[in-house]
Parts: sequence; structure tokens; C-alpha cells
Amino acid sequence: MTAATRIWAFHLAALSLLAAGAAFLPAYHLTNVAKVMVLATYAMGYNIAFGYTGLLSLGHALFFGAGLYGAGMLVQHADLTAGPALLAGLLAGGAMAAIAGLLALRTQGVAFMIVTLMFAQAGYLTILYNTAWTRGDEGIVIARDARVLLGYDLSADLPRYFAAFALFAAGLVLKLWLVRSPAGRVMIALRENEERSRMLGYDPYARKLVALVISGLYAGAAGAAYGLLFGYVGASLASTQYSILPLLWVLLGGAGTVLGPFVGALLMFYLIDYSSAFTTASLLVVGVALVLLVLFAPKGILGTLRERWLRWLP
Amino acid sequence: MSFGPFLLLALMEGMVTSAVLALAAVGLSLVFGIMRVVNVAHGEFFMLGAVSAWFVSQWVPGPPAVAFAAALVLCPLFVGAIAALADMTVLKRLNYEPEATIVATIGLLYILQQAALSFYGPDARPVPAPFSFRVQLPWFGYSGYKMAVVLASALVLLGVWRLLAKSRVGLIMRATQYDRETARAFGINVDRVYAGVFALGGGLAALAAVLIVPIQQAHYLMGTEPLLLSFIVVIIGGLGSLRGTVIAALLIGLSDGVISTFFAPTLAKIVATLAVALVLVFRPQGLFGRRAL
Repeated sequence: MTAATRIWAFHLAALSLLAAGAAFLPAYHLTNVAKVMVLATYAMGYNIAFGYTGLLSLGHALFFGAGLYGAGMLVQHADLTAGPALLAGLLAGGAMAAIAGLLALRTQGVAFMIVTLMFAQAGYLTILYNTAWTRGDEGIVIARDARVLLGYDLSADLPRYFAAFALFAAGLVLKLWLVRSPAGRVMIALRENEERSRMLGYDPYARKLVALVISGLYAGAAGAAYGLLFGYVGASLASTQYSILPLLWVLLGGAGTVLGPFVGALLMFYLIDYSSAFTTASLLVVGVALVLLVLFAPKGILGTLRERWLRWLP
Repeated sequence: MSFGPFLLLALMEGMVTSAVLALAAVGLSLVFGIMRVVNVAHGEFFMLGAVSAWFVSQWVPGPPAVAFAAALVLCPLFVGAIAALADMTVLKRLNYEPEATIVATIGLLYILQQAALSFYGPDARPVPAPFSFRVQLPWFGYSGYKMAVVLASALVLLGVWRLLAKSRVGLIMRATQYDRETARAFGINVDRVYAGVFALGGGLAALAAVLIVPIQQAHYLMGTEPLLLSFIVVIIGGLGSLRGTVIAALLIGLSDGVISTFFAPTLAKIVATLAVALVLVFRPQGLFGRRAL
């Protein structure tokens, strides 16, 4: 078996396992895993910027929110159907990333984190400010009859699961292809040593911008899907916490691994879900997880597996 | 009320904001200047200061002034101890690597927020002011306590400046800032300096919160705004520059007072946030600083 076959076989097997989940998961977990798949798509986008290109952004909620509100407001105010709304959300995320990136990528390191944090905060405040369009804090509830894609009712369990699966699978396959392509190699080179890649003739600014826009497209698509699948578009989903969460999922699953964001999102989701049975301290779980991760497992689960045993894992 | 006095009122409110902001931002700036650590949990140190001031006001009997005086001493010490503990158990182990410390302080932010929610609860609670007299101006009466806040903050800032510029402790801090390794070679216990600076930064944020809590109630989510405002101030003033930080705090506090009075507060925040992001993009050393972030 060649390396490429092994990698594709591994990821396709993971995808088929998820697809098979539709047959045996009970309704409660069907909704949860659908949510995890959408959020994991968001985290995969984050991973393209952070894990592969080394751009630690604290403002991805801006791109997620752009997709969420791009789709939600068009459905609400322009009576768009689900399909075009999804596309609009995807483009809104990418466009927002392009605008933010053009400015923010002039800075590096700590300054980049703070600038992205500030941009996202300005976006969040803008949502709160334009109450007439966004309904501010309260948010928009998307009517059930607007949540229909290709004749399937997205508010029903199974169609929702498969819609989330389709989004996640498309994202995963594209990402796997991207990070193994020459362009993906350049992204990793930028993360490892920007000066050296510049010396080799690559333009770091342009390459990083492309990576950030791709990352924004993922976040936008995930945001739009989140709004349409779960019927709620709210300002809290564009708050700073939603910039931190993908960072947490990616760190937990393994930054710079293709499947890591999904593993991280799934584990974190169920960790909070189960811990909420005996404690209401969900913030504590998030906080302690972040501290323990940076202290003891900075490479995350799949990153550690790759280091120890599975050298071929992309 | 005509425009003149109205503007004066807006400026006085702005002065109070500036005074508190300067204290909090100087704490953030010290930590960055000396340790090169961007402390995202700084706002939670502020929140802890306010929340612990409420507990002190409940425990200490007697007139509000006594409880308040106790809070002024105890709360910064308490928060400083927590900060030093966080530094020694977490940040030091990370070797102060920038990205890892940011992630760790984000974690700390959530831990402290949850602790406040669990032990203090979701309500906003007031702490009585130590005294209440009004200064009667020709056009309106103004809270004497708010004026005292400005004065107290100015005194503390003067103290911090003296500590840094004139004292032996300040000399050691500056030596550590210039060159950690050489300072170590000269027998300075760098670990202790770092823990001390982190405690000082947290303590200053807590002190600012104790001063503001009779005006603004204590709440477990109150840390977000001072954090963002402190970032704004520190960036405009140039990270690690004490003078720049104070000037920037005045600038931001006063303009916030004026814009919030005459226009919508949310709009003022959007404009300020974007302006700062652009300062960082186009003038990374800040308006007064010499060193890039």
C-alpha cells in the first residue's frame, strides 16, 4: 500500500463510520453529532490558518458570524432559499477574511492576535448595534419552512445529519487534498520558517492571505450551515468565545492534523455535555482543558499519536 | 443644561473612566513590558478585585468607610497572590513562550470567571461608597467620591512611577526587562521578579476595580470591557511605556465620556476598536512607544 492510498483509505474509513452513524445513533446523539460536524468544519477552517500556516487568530468568530448572518439575514429579509443562502454565507465568510486579512496580515505574532481579536469584537458590536436588521442580542429564529434544501426538511433529524455530514465530508476531502498539494506544503513551510520560505521565492503575505481566505470560506460555510440546520442566528455565536472555541478544539485534537479538529470538537462537546450532568461549571471545563493542553500536551491527541506511532498521518 | 456645562460633565465622567483605566492598563503594560507576556486574563483580575471587594464589604463590620479601606488593602493582595500562583504554576512552566502563554491565560480567564460565577453568583451587587458628599458646581452637583477616585488613581500612578524609576526593586525589574540572562548572572532571582511583576499587574487591576465598584456594580462578566479597553490603551500608548499608557488612558477615557454622552456608547466602542486595530496595523510601535509589538 502506498502512502497516499493509506492516507486516503484512513480518512474515507473515518467518513464512512460517520455516515453509518446515521443508522445506529439515537435521536439525541444524532443532533449532537450533526452539531459537532458543523462545528468541526469551522474548526477545520481554523486549523488551515492556525495549524498549517501558523496564523494564531483570535478573531475567527468574525468569519463564522459573517456566514451565520450572511445566510440568516438573507433568508429572513430577502426570502432567499436555503441553497443560495448557504452559498452566500460561504462567500461572506471568505470576503470578510479577505478584508480582515489584507489589514491584519501586515502584523505578526502577538499583534496579529490582538488585531484579529479587535476586528471580531468590532463585528460583534456591529451586530448588536444594528438591531433593526440583526435583532441584536435576541437573534433571528429561522422559520421552519425556510430550512428546506433540495426538498429535504433540514429541521428533521436525519436530513440534518446528512446535510452536516455532506458539509463536513466536503471540507475534509478538500482539506486533505489542500495540505498534501504543493500550495499546502508552502503553507507549512511558512509556519516553520517564514524567512526561509521568502528566500525560496514565495510571497509570505500573499500565501498567508490565501490561507486565511480559505479558512474564512470554511468558517462562513459552517456559520451558514449552523444557522440553517439549527434555526438560530444569534449574536452570542459571533462573540469572542466563538473565536476561542475552534482554537481549543484544534489544540485538543491536534493542530496541523486533518482529522484533529473533529476529534477535538467531538471530545470537548461530549466532555461538556457529560460534565453538565453533575456540574454547571462548563466554563471551568473549557478553562482547565486549555491550561492542561498547553502545559502537558501542546501537540494534541492526533499530534501526539503522529509523533509516537503514526508518522504518516497528515 | 446648556452645551458648555454638559460637555464639562461628559469630561468629568471621562476623567473617572480614564483614572481607573490608567491603573488597569499600567498593570497590563508592566506585565508585557517586563515579562513579554500578553495577559488575556487581566480583565478577570479586575473582576476578582471588584467581587472580592463585595465580600470584604459583607464581612467587615462598622461604617462603609472601614470596610472600603480594608478592601483597598486586602483585595489587591488577594488578587496579586492568585496572579503570582498562576505565574509560578503555569506561565513559568511554559517558559513564557508567547503563543502558549496567551492560550494559557485564556484558560485562566475561563477558570476565574467560573469561580466567580460559582462562589459569587450571576447577580450584579453594589458596594457602598466610603463617603457620600456632593460637590456643588454652579450648573450641577457632582459626586465627591468620583473626584476622590481620580485623585487616588493619580497618587497610585505616581507611586508606581517612583517604584520603577527610583527604587532598588524598580532597578531590578528594569534590569530583568533589558536582559533576563545577564540579570540572572548578576544574582537576580528572575523567577521571583516575574512572579512579583505578574502579582503587581494583577494587584493594580484589582485596585482599579475596588475604586470603581461603588460606582459600577460587581458582576462576574465585568472583566471583558476593561480588558479590551486596557488593550486599546496599551496599544495606543505603546506597550511597556508608562507615560504613553497614562496619556492614552486620558485620551480614550475622555473621548469615551464625550462620545458616549453625545452619541451611542456601542458606536463609540466600534469606532475605538477599529481605530486601535488600525493603529496596530499601520503604526505597530503605538503612538508614543518606540518598540514594535
